[in-house]
Amino acid sequence: MQKKFDQTSDPKRWGAGVLVFAILAMVGSISNAYIISLLTVVLLFTFMGQSWNLMLGIGGQLSIGHALFVGIGAYSVAILNIKYGITPWIGLILGAAIAGLIGAVLAWLSFRFEVRGIYFALLTIAAAEFARIMFGGWDYVGGMQGLFFQAPTGSMDIAMLRGDTRFYYFVALTLAAIGVAGTEMISRSYLGYVWRAMRDDDDAARALGVQTFRHKILVISISAAMAAIGGGVLGLVQGAIFPDSIMGMSISVDVLIGPVVGGLGTAFGPLVGSMAAIPLHHAMGALGDSFGIPGLNSIAYGAVLILVVWFLPDGIWPAVVRLYGAIQLPARVRISKLREVENDRAA
Amino acid sequence: MTALLEVKNLTKSFQGLVAVNDVSFALAPGRITALIGPNGAGKTTCFNLVAGALSPTRGQVLFEGRSIERTPPETVCRMGIARTFQIVRPMKDMSVLENAMVGAFSWTTSVKEARAKAYESLESVGLAGKANARTDQLTLPDRKMLEMAKALSTRPRLLLLDEVMAGLRPTEAAGVVGVLQKLAESGLTILLVEHVMRIVMEVASTVVVLHHGAKIAEGKPSDVVADPRVLESYLGAGFHA
Ligand SMILES: Nc1ncnc2c1ncn2[C@@H]1O[C@H](COP(=O)(O)OP(=O)(O)OP(=O)(O)O)[C@@H](O)[C@H]1O
Ligand SMILES: [Mg+2]
Repeated sequence: MQKKFDQTSDPKRWGAGVLVFAILAMVGSISNAYIISLLTVVLLFTFMGQSWNLMLGIGGQLSIGHALFVGIGAYSVAILNIKYGITPWIGLILGAAIAGLIGAVLAWLSFRFEVRGIYFALLTIAAAEFARIMFGGWDYVGGMQGLFFQAPTGSMDIAMLRGDTRFYYFVALTLAAIGVAGTEMISRSYLGYVWRAMRDDDDAARALGVQTFRHKILVISISAAMAAIGGGVLGLVQGAIFPDSIMGMSISVDVLIGPVVGGLGTAFGPLVGSMAAIPLHHAMGALGDSFGIPGLNSIAYGAVLILVVWFLPDGIWPAVVRLYGAIQLPARVRISKLREVENDRAA
Repeated sequence: MTALLEVKNLTKSFQGLVAVNDVSFALAPGRITALIGPNGAGKTTCFNLVAGALSPTRGQVLFEGRSIERTPPETVCRMGIARTFQIVRPMKDMSVLENAMVGAFSWTTSVKEARAKAYESLESVGLAGKANARTDQLTLPDRKMLEMAKALSTRPRLLLLDEVMAGLRPTEAAGVVGVLQKLAESGLTILLVEHVMRIVMEVASTVVVLHHGAKIAEGKPSDVVADPRVLESYLGAGFHA
């Protein structure tokens, strides 16, 4: 779990955030198509990872079935757009609403019947698998054959959320920025305080008046809605969606790997973690394909997870912040020593 | 004067073990009442029943005349009853200040207001200087004081304190006693579980004595300590004060 590492002042943090996203915007303007499409996926999973992070890192509620919400978002966009020609904007909003509602109902039922913690997590994965199988057998949404978006014409159309690779990169970048800023704002608001309180000790939080039942439902609902928006865009970016790929277990893992590797409960963790893990996933996938070793990417994932949990249990980002602190401290001490000497001389 | 809290025939049994047995008492507003008794007498269980953490097997808890024995703890807190935990429960990944802020969010959503209230609560228990510390950097007595600060931030009208002064040095305990007296003067009603009789004698206007779950005495501190049944219950349990 996260420690009190993030005591850097607010302006500094916001400044750092703006800088990071400015650099990413530059990278998006100059890189080649392969890098851009890879980074697009990284940024989408940053956003979805942020949703998962909000739920576990701040709210203390574990989901290992976020693919459910990702899939709901993707299907909402795809069904409305492909079958009825309705703009993905509406699909995103509708998907977020449906996912938020399903998340809330799932949480309500679960906590109402005292299904908590790891059992709730198992319920999320069961729900995701149920939905995947259901969509796979549902002809209206293409069953296992999935749904295909019209091939992009290349011209940018913001109203229909269509455009080239670079366009989607900037959509993903915007989402990731909103995700990071949004989680930061939520965790600095009263919600962040009461959610962290219920994460650390449910009964103690209740004794202090925190209505943990409704706050759990709220955080899960918000997280689900966010994941659905990410899923909606992911479907557009991929051009096609299939139950196995958009609602499969691997999506749930991809969502959580960013925050776990990067730093649970932190604003930048999911970005750092996704940057590290997803390109690795792709590279190992390609490597596995060329050597004919299926599943190499999953093995690499597992290995990274184990290494990070073993050596950096708080994730990469908190480790970086600590390192930064360790470098800063002697400098500060030096400066204060210098001042003392100066004052002595002046006196 | 009507009672702020009234407990009527309160009974709680855990699979046959009667932890609280037909206990009744009432708390006058603005007073400090001590709940004493040997280890295992049922004091903490009583707190849990009043605070809504447990439901009684039988009996009633009336707060300002309203029956609250089936009310969940968060609602009880919002009605104006705050409690500390004998076994301290800090939010371990939040700072001391953040811990103290949580309670304030039961009456405000403003972070600024909560922070101001938290500082005020920490100040009153002598922890303001450690506001930015992590809770695992606190000594046990300090953690007990943090429990109290957390409870105070909820702006309670009734405060339930479960052995918050355990481990404090006499001078520190005297400081806390002063704080309690000031709080009571400002109208707060306090129910205090405390083992150190010297403190009980000093602050409490009424003492309720539990033994094996049952109330064996109630009255002014000086009367209660002279009660043979009380002496007997304590001596039997190896009383030291
Ligand atoms: N949740 C529980 N389940 C079963 N038994 C319990 C439970 N809580 C308390 N008891 C039992 O009830 C009795 C009263 O316990 P309680 O904690 O209320 O005593 P206490 O007066 O607070 O003691 P102490 O001075 O040691 O804190 C004890 O015998 C205890 O073992
Ligand atoms: Mg006790």
